[in-house]
Amino acid sequence: MTPSQPVLTMTGISKSFPGVRALDNVDFRLFPGEVHALMGENGAGKSTLIKVLTGVYDTDHGTVTLGGEQVSFTGPMQATSAGVSTVYQEVNLCTNLSVAENIFIGREPRRFGAVRWGEMRRRARALLARLDLDLDVNAQLGSYSLAVQQMVAIARAIDIKARVLVLDEPTSSLDAGEVAQLFRVMRHLRDDGIAILFVTHFLDQVYGIADRITVLRNGQLVGEYATSELPQLGLVEKMIGTELRVLERLDEQPRRDLADRAEGPPLLDVRELGRRSAVAPFSLTIREGEVVGLAGLLGSGRTEVARLLFGADRADHGSVRVNGTPTTLRTPVAAVGHGIGFCSENRRAEGIVAELSVRENLILALQAARGWLRPVPRRRQDELVERYVRALRIRPADPDLPVGNLSGGNQQKVLLARWLITEPRLLILDEPTRGIDIGAKTEIQRLVARLSDGGTAVLFVSAELEEVLRLSHKIAVMRDREMVTQLSNDQSLDADRIMQSIAVGAQREGTPS
Amino acid sequence: MSNRQAGYRALTTHRLFWPVVVLVVLLAANTAYRPSFLSLQLRNGHLYGSLIDILRLSAPLILVALGMTLVIATGGIDLSVGSLCAISGAIACLHISRQPDQNSLGGVLTALGLGLGVALVLGAWNGLLVAVIGIQPIIATLILMVAGRGLAQLITEGQILTINAEPYKAIGVGHLLALPLAIFLALAVAVLIATVTRRTALGLIIESVGGNARASRLAGIRSGRITFLVYVLSAACAAVAGFMMTANVSSADGNAAGLWVELDAILAVVIGGTSLAGGRFHLSGTILGALLIQTLTTTVYAMNITPQTALLFKAVVVIAVCLIQAPGFRARFARRRTPVAASATITEQPKAQVSA
Repeated sequence: MTPSQPVLTMTGISKSFPGVRALDNVDFRLFPGEVHALMGENGAGKSTLIKVLTGVYDTDHGTVTLGGEQVSFTGPMQATSAGVSTVYQEVNLCTNLSVAENIFIGREPRRFGAVRWGEMRRRARALLARLDLDLDVNAQLGSYSLAVQQMVAIARAIDIKARVLVLDEPTSSLDAGEVAQLFRVMRHLRDDGIAILFVTHFLDQVYGIADRITVLRNGQLVGEYATSELPQLGLVEKMIGTELRVLERLDEQPRRDLADRAEGPPLLDVRELGRRSAVAPFSLTIREGEVVGLAGLLGSGRTEVARLLFGADRADHGSVRVNGTPTTLRTPVAAVGHGIGFCSENRRAEGIVAELSVRENLILALQAARGWLRPVPRRRQDELVERYVRALRIRPADPDLPVGNLSGGNQQKVLLARWLITEPRLLILDEPTRGIDIGAKTEIQRLVARLSDGGTAVLFVSAELEEVLRLSHKIAVMRDREMVTQLSNDQSLDADRIMQSIAVGAQREGTPS
Repeated sequence: MSNRQAGYRALTTHRLFWPVVVLVVLLAANTAYRPSFLSLQLRNGHLYGSLIDILRLSAPLILVALGMTLVIATGGIDLSVGSLCAISGAIACLHISRQPDQNSLGGVLTALGLGLGVALVLGAWNGLLVAVIGIQPIIATLILMVAGRGLAQLITEGQILTINAEPYKAIGVGHLLALPLAIFLALAVAVLIATVTRRTALGLIIESVGGNARASRLAGIRSGRITFLVYVLSAACAAVAGFMMTANVSSADGNAAGLWVELDAILAVVIGGTSLAGGRFHLSGTILGALLIQTLTTTVYAMNITPQTALLFKAVVVIAVCLIQAPGFRARFARRRTPVAASATITEQPKAQVSA
């Protein structure tokens, strides 16, 4: 049913940023009248590919052909006028203006410089009718739901005689009913012959609407598949990749077993902890010296769980016990008081203070716990800094350098050391090994194992299953903002079974639903 | 690169190099215009001269700017300091004017205590709005900037309240060891603030909150408390400055005391190399910035620049200082002459400290 000629062809696209190969010889095709899902983990190159397509970035290599002609957009405006329109995750419209004004802002129908309001409203109505939407075009955009606003953004995009519509995570803030409404509009447009490129992190939605799927991983094309021929498990496998096993050989260690930790006293015990629109209520027990892995795709609620357990976000549901005593984790200060530490996945925005020195970043958590009136004595600072710079091999080993000048891996080590200095009883690590080189990665993995042997509990959040499998005693699996299962890491557990849970959320043992 | 070149570069790229240059140029211009500018005379054991005047008059600005430095370091701003100067000065003068003996030391000390106390309460109000309620600092302190003027006028009942108290007057024009007392006061407060911020961990925590508030919160810092505290400190500094201003003229004018001092203070902080975005703060830079601005003001008067163009003249000099301090501007300027030097400048000072 798809016509033989693609409307858009991207061939051999490569794009590098300083130190990163974002796209490496990627091919991509888009046919008229199809919904095509672009899938991949964070950093796979999805957004770079979209930005190349829409003219935000230029390419190092490769060609883009639109409707048979080779094009090279130098900006989003040019791409839009050529028929490639984009709607981004955050609706960037003006909620204080009317629906019609939002659709035509910047290109209002005019006569002698004056806006022709009647004409504008008429054309807005016609456009919305094409999307099968019945809205009051004079009403303020803000009076409609986010989903409707999203569709007004689409109306604005397709008005410019779009042939290709790029939807970059349009559903991330919509509920199920709104998603259905959006899908109806998407099908409508597809039937009109528009090619839709759809990016989402929700697997169900891919299988709900996409005709074909292109998977990227680490900036490379994994393949292009018909949705009907690629089962969910296969998709997850292709997104996560299997060659990660190579990394693990760097440090062969016997697999860890739950048995030796099951008897330890529970350190943190949460029941039905949850937060509306972030993560569904879950229960989890972490014992002394236990490493609990948290697996799941991006956006599955991993980070949300970590943040609730540290008090970075406030839970609106459930109860918490630390060492058997009921308590609450309302703020990070409270969590730190209970001996909990947290390394955010967002190193730059929520971890380091780039301007301050390595030394100052290292002692920050300890200093915060002591209060400003009791500064860490200089000699003790030197001692701690020297010990941890050496132990974690932080490079360059100059404690007075601004930490922003260090590489990502070394910044991560500084963050880890910041918490290690406080001697926490539970350390929550959200993606501690993402985006850092293999050497630093293995060092951090070794450190987690050592901490656990010393009696420190660790909640280890990672998208890399092999890593989670090797380090954890117990693995909790997240899917679509729900903790779908908890698996003890005995000899029978392998990556395939975890992928199975991620893909279909099969056995719901361990979590009441 | 030879040692001498390296030394030269270290000097010219130092944060305070250009402010010092401009200060020297201003002093030189004054001397050229009026050769007696640099001369000092000893009369009755007190030093007199233009330089001494500049020091004495810059004391209140230094105080206000020191408080402002801490506020700006947390990423905030305090527009209410001018009004706080007027309020604290007015309260002190009001109390003194009601004493049977205005020269009694006890009465003056009580007056100072009252003025300081009220300023602390108002500073706490600012801190409450910013740190607890979460209003943007520029708006939160704008409230007191406007309302505070009214409050000061209420206290003085719209009149200029004149007093005749020698102990109070001494704060503004008194002498110690041949130098104006005000300088020692400003210096004492500067040393106190430097000690409190650098001997304890307060400075580090302020810089951490200003540098990355989210990261600081996740490191377990109670950033709200710190934010609250800096507004109270800023108000305390403004109060002492207010005493000086009113003591200088032995009268409290709710309308004029401390008028626009908040803007001069912000300028002093920026010239001193503290970024308006928050983070690292430099108390010595702020003091230099305040001296520069006071010298500029004195220059305007000394050179008989007409009041109509005085503000414009000041603005031009301030823009010039900010521009030559901005690494981006310097790099562009230097690139036009020597491309190599330009790239070196960029790598050494990657962060623009002044948004021009």
